[in-house]
Amino acid sequence: MSNSHEISGRREFCFTVNGERKTVPAYPMERLLDVLRHQLRLTGTKEGCGEGECGSCAVLMDGILVNSCLVPLLQAQNANILTIEGLAGAGLHNLQQAFLHCGGTQCGICTPGMILAALYLLKKNPFPTIEDIREGLSGSLCRCTGYMQIFEAVEEAARRQTSDEV
Amino acid sequence: MRSNPRDYQLVAPGTLHAVLSLLAEAPGKWLPIAGGTDLMVLYGAGKLAARNLVSIWSLPELRGIEVLPDQVRIGAGCTYAELREHPVIAREFPLLARAASWTGGTANQNRGTIGGNIVNASPAADSLPALLVYEAELILVSVRGERRVPYLGFHTGYKTTQLAGDELLRAVCLARQFSECLHHTRKVGARSAQAIAKVAIAALGGVAGGRVQEVRIALASVAPVPLRLFETERAVKGKSIDKCLLAAARRATVSEIRPIDDIRSTARYRSAVSSNLVEEFLRRLSAGAPI
Ligand SMILES: Cc1cc2nc3c(=O)[nH]c(=O)nc-3n(C[C@H](O)[C@H](O)[C@H](O)COP(=O)(O)OP(=O)(O)OC[C@H]3O[C@@H](n4cnc5c(N)ncnc54)[C@H](O)[C@@H]3O)c2cc1C
Repeated sequence: MSNSHEISGRREFCFTVNGERKTVPAYPMERLLDVLRHQLRLTGTKEGCGEGECGSCAVLMDGILVNSCLVPLLQAQNANILTIEGLAGAGLHNLQQAFLHCGGTQCGICTPGMILAALYLLKKNPFPTIEDIREGLSGSLCRCTGYMQIFEAVEEAARRQTSDEV
Repeated sequence: MRSNPRDYQLVAPGTLHAVLSLLAEAPGKWLPIAGGTDLMVLYGAGKLAARNLVSIWSLPELRGIEVLPDQVRIGAGCTYAELREHPVIAREFPLLARAASWTGGTANQNRGTIGGNIVNASPAADSLPALLVYEAELILVSVRGERRVPYLGFHTGYKTTQLAGDELLRAVCLARQFSECLHHTRKVGARSAQAIAKVAIAALGGVAGGRVQEVRIALASVAPVPLRLFETERAVKGKSIDKCLLAAARRATVSEIRPIDDIRSTARYRSAVSSNLVEEFLRRLSAGAPI
């Protein structure tokens, strides 16, 4: 058992964040969340519970919604990550506008994760029912709004998205 | 206290063969990590004892759902999202598809794997009663080769399994023979999303000529392992479902489960709910399930 405490050193990890190629020195078990926040200073991704329950740290990794507090950096090697900072183009994203318009944000801690969960939902299901929205966002907890304005915002964004596309 | 990433080693050899060779070099030294939805929670809380981890996330040999004429072979690395969206799983193994849809929220379903649920071996795990009812067979693999074991008996005690230190779970096989049965499942928890079961049932059955022909019942969170209710099944098989049989089934259920008090519920509540869940299933069965 002499080497049961072998330590793997820091090394370079490469991945794409919001369209930009990044190389960071890190340990393979560092949480993606910490690397985003502390090394890349992308503090839009929040830490709530740190155990996958609250969804505040949700990001898209290779197009799928994940909680970045539960992703060891090694598993994000070469991945394509989208955080809330990558969403707005010249103006706010449709979902961001809808959250503003419907009052879907109060303290703001859950908002980035909510918006990414909603983005993922609308990508998979452009015409969600209210039940689909409730289920799609059920992994994201909000302690302020009571959820109704958030659900309305997603409904509004879905409507706008589909009418824009027509 | 949070874990320090410096104290942990994590490697990703990239192929099944390379992972198995690494495991074989020092059986028990390396702990596989798939979607991390159990292990990273422990890690975040500073409670992950294993220091050497090997990533099996996205290993191609563990992915995919293969549909054969007589069985479905589910790769251990299949996520809940993949399971619930698969048309054959949804149609022929609805207990598993439903369990997948209950396992945490979307992000958890995108990362959590069926293999992780089985090897993590929680008595509260959602997909395991379904596997008991469908009498799943597991394929375990190591450099020594593959072996098939019935899922029933894989858990040898609270959070212990038959998996050897150099083995991985490779796949879960389900026989395609239940399309005629009534499939019934219900999870009783504090909230419908993101909540671990206080008690959950998965069951299937068929009635012919007024009598119970086929019946299989399993419960989560009522014993150190997910539990198949063989005694209860024996008590109802071949009988017609009436008040007397329901009472006998309730008694059999209560006598064969071993619930405990814990943070989520009490033994007393679990006993009452277990017998209610069994009765509810039998009532549905008698109300006219196809054979
Ligand atoms: C917010 C949240 C909610 C959850 N809700 C539920 C729920 O409602 N119901 C439920 O049942 N679970 C729930 N879970 C637990 C978890 O998501 C599941 O148990 C999941 O299936 C674990 O899979 P994983 O790939 O993430 O496992 P990991 O964390 O990667 O591994 C778990 C264990 O399995 C072992 N392992 C994994 N794959 C293999 C393999 N192929 N061969 C050998 N060993 C292997 C690992 O070594 C480890 O011991 C929840 C978790 C979170 C964070």
